[in-house]
Amino acid sequence: MNCPECDATLNIPDDASIGEIVSCPDCGADFEIASKDGSNVVLKQAESVGEDWGE
Amino acid sequence: MSKVCIVFDRLRSEEKMLQKEAVDLGCDVSMLDAKITQINTDSKREDFDLGDVVLERCVSYFRGLHFTASLEFMDVPTINTYEVARICGNKMIMTLRLKKQNVSTPKTYFSFTSESAYENLEKVGYPLVIKPIIGSWGRGVMALKDKDTAEAVMEIRDINDGPHDRIYYLQELIQRPPRDIRVITVGDEPLAAMYRKSSDGFKTNIALGADPEICEITKEMEEIAVRASKAMGGGILGIDMMEDEKKGLVVHEVNNTVEFKGLSKVAKKNIPEAMIKYALTCIRK
Repeated sequence: MNCPECDATLNIPDDASIGEIVSCPDCGADFEIASKDGSNVVLKQAESVGEDWGE
Repeated sequence: MSKVCIVFDRLRSEEKMLQKEAVDLGCDVSMLDAKITQINTDSKREDFDLGDVVLERCVSYFRGLHFTASLEFMDVPTINTYEVARICGNKMIMTLRLKKQNVSTPKTYFSFTSESAYENLEKVGYPLVIKPIIGSWGRGVMALKDKDTAEAVMEIRDINDGPHDRIYYLQELIQRPPRDIRVITVGDEPLAAMYRKSSDGFKTNIALGADPEICEITKEMEEIAVRASKAMGGGILGIDMMEDEKKGLVVHEVNNTVEFKGLSKVAKKNIPEAMIKYALTCIRK
């Protein structure tokens, strides 16, 4: 599928799971896998790093 | 068959490792995204696929903390508990708890306005390290080496004026080798440790590019890690120590949602497996 931001080709591994982050190799935008049904993948904008993120 | 639920908000390799180990141990596993889960005051445990025990693994501290409160409301055994997450998530509360429980920790100063913090700095002398009370990965941690730097940092704090910016946490700068030690404890037992070598400057966070290197757990490290874990209330923790030239090992931080991707590659013990085995012991019979 293509990057919703810049239209570059996104390679999503077959074993990728819902909730995983996919980064566009061209524009660097991060997307979260929102749903996945076989090769049918729906992406949403990934959250940006928050002030309270970490360990 | 026991069922383990892993609550996440960003699926990282750690959560996938935990999922795999749970399956390999013969458990059922459910993965629950906190971001899309809705809970209310009538919610019951059986309304969700929570299994017998939950590992809370959110990368967002506040999301994880409040999600844990919801899970405990529904009587679900959760690791770590709300109380442990609350203590570890706030550096001031954590430091006070360590000191109260006689765990060696760097001398730390607390002030509640920028004027008071600045006054204290002038009294104690430079350098001191300023740290936000909430936050991780070394963000906002700065060595205040002189008056100009201190004034600049205080001014930025005043401009930002977030609720937690009003709490000033200033810590002595420990004289130590350019590294610290991370010990992972599971159920008050040290499991594995690594040195985190500073790549540049004084910060040793792996997230900032510090080099991990396996560290043999000495008797002293073990004893301190166990006491630090017990001081927080147990569970699965990442205990960070520095080697002070004068005081020996001092614990400067305890982490609630410990990251272990780097350490698991070099550790002799299977870290995610030990975490799942521990979770299974927390299931209420």
